[in-house]
Amino acid sequence: MAAVELTNPAALPADWRDILALTKPRVMSLVVFSGLCGLLVAPVTLPAVLGFTAILCIALGAGACGALNQWYETDIDAKMRRTAKRPLPAGRMDRQSALHFGVGLAFFSVLLMGLATNWLAAVLLAMSILFYVLVYTVWLKPRTAQNIVIGGAAGAFPPLIGWVAATGHLAALPLLLFAIIFLWTPPHFWALSLFVRSDYAAAGIPMLPVVAGIANTRRQIFLYSLPMAAAAVAPWLLGLSGPIFGASAAVLSFVFVVLAARVLANRAREPAQMTPEKKLFAYSVFYLFALFAVLVADRWLAS
Amino acid sequence: MNKDGELEIIRKRQRERARIFGWLLGAFVVLIFFITIAKTGMNW
Repeated sequence: MAAVELTNPAALPADWRDILALTKPRVMSLVVFSGLCGLLVAPVTLPAVLGFTAILCIALGAGACGALNQWYETDIDAKMRRTAKRPLPAGRMDRQSALHFGVGLAFFSVLLMGLATNWLAAVLLAMSILFYVLVYTVWLKPRTAQNIVIGGAAGAFPPLIGWVAATGHLAALPLLLFAIIFLWTPPHFWALSLFVRSDYAAAGIPMLPVVAGIANTRRQIFLYSLPMAAAAVAPWLLGLSGPIFGASAAVLSFVFVVLAARVLANRAREPAQMTPEKKLFAYSVFYLFALFAVLVADRWLAS
Repeated sequence: MNKDGELEIIRKRQRERARIFGWLLGAFVVLIFFITIAKTGMNW
């Protein structure tokens, strides 16, 4: 169909592709993967349909977070090149529909999680949604440069939820997985925020490079990568995983720290010259996928 | 764009959304059915 000019696109029923885009599907993939790993490393095997439902609920909860985040940040998204084409700032959808969609999806995911698995998992899912929307998006993000540090807890919930959905209780290993993602989030996001800092500055978001400067952010990235590496090998050191995971976590984390050290050594101020930052950002995504995949493989080989 | 063209887009989107919503509702019913079977089997 040829492109058409609509008098008021936001007044029309939203296109289903725009509704899907509200859920931030790309962010959802990492959330689903870490939740699945939490479920798979648990010592209890759920029936496949209940495991599938638990992961579906985590995905829907993440989708609700994405929709509510975009509803609240429409004005901010409109000021940033990276986000200006999203359905709400681009005017392809009205904000009220996005709010209803997000709230509905949040309630549905929590209720289904409780009915299909257990209510502790549902409470954790509700907490993670509320934490992301209220604590991170509404409270911390527009106010403090530490937004990513504390807000990172919201993204660390999925493996915990996956584990609790399978077992019904908390344990040391899922808490360590929570700690790994919690400590991984600042270097991951600060690497990105270094080479898109002009966007954040234009939108008035106090990200660390905007508030504390580039050199300070590079130092913080390196400093956070050290406890993150320690948390990554902790499951092996505490006897909660096997040597395959221990060796893999050590190698993967060593590379992470080396890349963080290169970021620390970089003196460039222009995004085009921030190759170490871009490499660290890309590697950080691979790192988390690989670390969690190896943990699952290690568990399966041990059993 | 004229009124007819806009109406056509509205109907097209409504049809697409109704079709997707129907499929999702059907999938949800099937999912609930299997969840019930699984939970009954586990004596929960």
